[in-house]
Amino acid sequence: MSILVNNDTRLVVQGITGKEGAFHTAQMVEYGTKVVAGVTPGKGGQKDANDIPIFNTVAEAVKETNANTSIIFVPPPFAGDACLEAIDSGVSLVICITEGIPAKDMVPVKDALNRTGVRMIGPNCPGIITPGEAKIGIMPGFIHKPKGNVGVISRSGTLTYEAVHQLTVRGIGQTTCIGIGGDPIIGTTFLDLLKLFGDDPATEGLVMIGEIGGSAEEEAAQWIVENNYDIPVVAFIAGQTAPPGRRMGHAGAIISGGKGTAADKMAALERAGIHVCKSPADIGATMEKALKL
Amino acid sequence: MNIHEYQGKQIFREAGVPVPEGYPAFTVDEAVNVAEKIGTLPVMVKAQIHAGGRGKGGGVKIARSIEEVREHAQNILGMNLVTHQTGPGGKLVQRLLVESASNIASEFYAGIVLDRSLSKFCFMVSTEGGMEIEKVAEETPERIFKVWIEPGADLEPFQARQLAFALGMEGTQIRSAVKTFMNLWNVFRDKDCSLMEINPLIVTVENEVIAVDAKINFDGNALYKHSDIAEMQDLTEEEPSEVEAKKYNLNYIKLDGTVGCMVNGAGLAMGTMDIIKLYGGEPANFLDVGGVANAETVAHGFEIILSDPNVNAILINIFGGIVRCDRVAQGVIDAMGKIEVNVPVVVRLEGTNAKAARQLFADSPLEFIVANSLEDAAEKVVKASKGEI
Repeated sequence: MSILVNNDTRLVVQGITGKEGAFHTAQMVEYGTKVVAGVTPGKGGQKDANDIPIFNTVAEAVKETNANTSIIFVPPPFAGDACLEAIDSGVSLVICITEGIPAKDMVPVKDALNRTGVRMIGPNCPGIITPGEAKIGIMPGFIHKPKGNVGVISRSGTLTYEAVHQLTVRGIGQTTCIGIGGDPIIGTTFLDLLKLFGDDPATEGLVMIGEIGGSAEEEAAQWIVENNYDIPVVAFIAGQTAPPGRRMGHAGAIISGGKGTAADKMAALERAGIHVCKSPADIGATMEKALKL
Repeated sequence: MNIHEYQGKQIFREAGVPVPEGYPAFTVDEAVNVAEKIGTLPVMVKAQIHAGGRGKGGGVKIARSIEEVREHAQNILGMNLVTHQTGPGGKLVQRLLVESASNIASEFYAGIVLDRSLSKFCFMVSTEGGMEIEKVAEETPERIFKVWIEPGADLEPFQARQLAFALGMEGTQIRSAVKTFMNLWNVFRDKDCSLMEINPLIVTVENEVIAVDAKINFDGNALYKHSDIAEMQDLTEEEPSEVEAKKYNLNYIKLDGTVGCMVNGAGLAMGTMDIIKLYGGEPANFLDVGGVANAETVAHGFEIILSDPNVNAILINIFGGIVRCDRVAQGVIDAMGKIEVNVPVVVRLEGTNAKAARQLFADSPLEFIVANSLEDAAEKVVKASKGEI
């Protein structure tokens, strides 16, 4: 089992003819993801290198191909609008990979998500993968192990790969792995995904990789306590050594006004009974232990 | 991106937010000329650096005569101003703002931030002007009043009135404050700000509402829309190596330690710093080389890390996904052939083609310390930095 994406996922790629879009479309097709359509305004009627039909609008692509999920590889100045178009098109899930979208452009996107109930992963994220079924994103597929029992939720990209790799080498497979994105405004939070994983019978353990900035980790911790969440969670918070007031690569990774420190987040998670790793090298081993408890 | 107070006030002035009459000065003579141009005394002589707490650090003085303007300007220009936000090293003052002093009747705080939990912008005011707002939020949160700007909407006049009444304003003050709040929001929206703080916003004895301070940060992701704002950046306020790194699209932040690191991805870069610390070392930097770790990128990364004389060992930690480890390895080998790297280099490459990468290092005549895992890498680089390997 899994959450959000699986063999039934029918994907439309927004920005399929761009450099990133074209490259990762090929990678996703190679992994076995059902990519059914692409969108590039003005190139409707053409086909891409993988023989995937291209449409001018997402709505048209959905109508013609029954796509139910969209992935966005559109440059930052146009990505906010691409998100709004996807939300309006009839798909139920949108994954936005683009990094560098102005925060002001994301406010109406978040509002549209709240109004419509469409779910969005990202932006500024590696995407989502259900190993062996569907890879919707830019992550390396081969590091994952299908038909597993652990879910992964992370604000990071390569640090997620690191954690997944640690699980896989220990023989621990994954149900679904999701990079939720490093921006201050993101479509789906830790909390939303804890709930979804809670309803997935296959998921017996969760890895949560947070980082400095904001309070999403604290909110997740509080919810875990209030709801007696019974899936064991292993967490790591990146940025224990980050200086305050500096943006650490991700737009959302900043300690401002003394808030959003790794120490605060780790303390909140520990209070919620979560297994918190101090070292990013201990994620796999800690999960191995947690699953046996 | 940050700008100076005098630049923020210029933006405010153009947007109809009342600010004291004032001008920047780069020399003592200019400061005196500016004071004479203003024509009334007293004036404030204010150090312009990108940090708060300037008054407490001795960087803001009142001058009651032209002689005092000269005296203060002489003392402040060129001083190394240390505040709680500059760190112990302080910052060199190279610019002043000389502006007319106001007759303060009451001081308030006004600010606009992104509320990340609600994904909306939040306009907040407090009666505790001049205090650190973080402290107020912690000790007396009831003295902070907030309204949220609805997506697709603006600060509404009724919300601006709520803010003014929350500050206890009365009579003609209300009208001035409402206008000021609306104009502040317009600036925030039009210029894609990420943070705006006016501390203090004052009401004068003459019942005027004036922004005596202006702290504005801009959303770096939106700067492409605002070339006028991008031009305001004072590069002398930035760490030179960080400015250099930006030219090559490298995300570099200088820290105080001795262990340099070069990593792909921001999260893994932070995690690498953390594990260096856990193994008893101090990270010298944050460096995310991004998705393209080729010879050129790696060479620039080396140059920037090595421009810090404190660095005595370097850890390269790359998790190859789409980027292949053997390509990265070749990049590292080529880069070390190009530039002189005189400190031990520990490499840890995992992911796509990691085996081939290890072979390349083994076959290279250059000296590398190859690590097999993240913890092995951290242990080795910390040992190397202490001269133990």
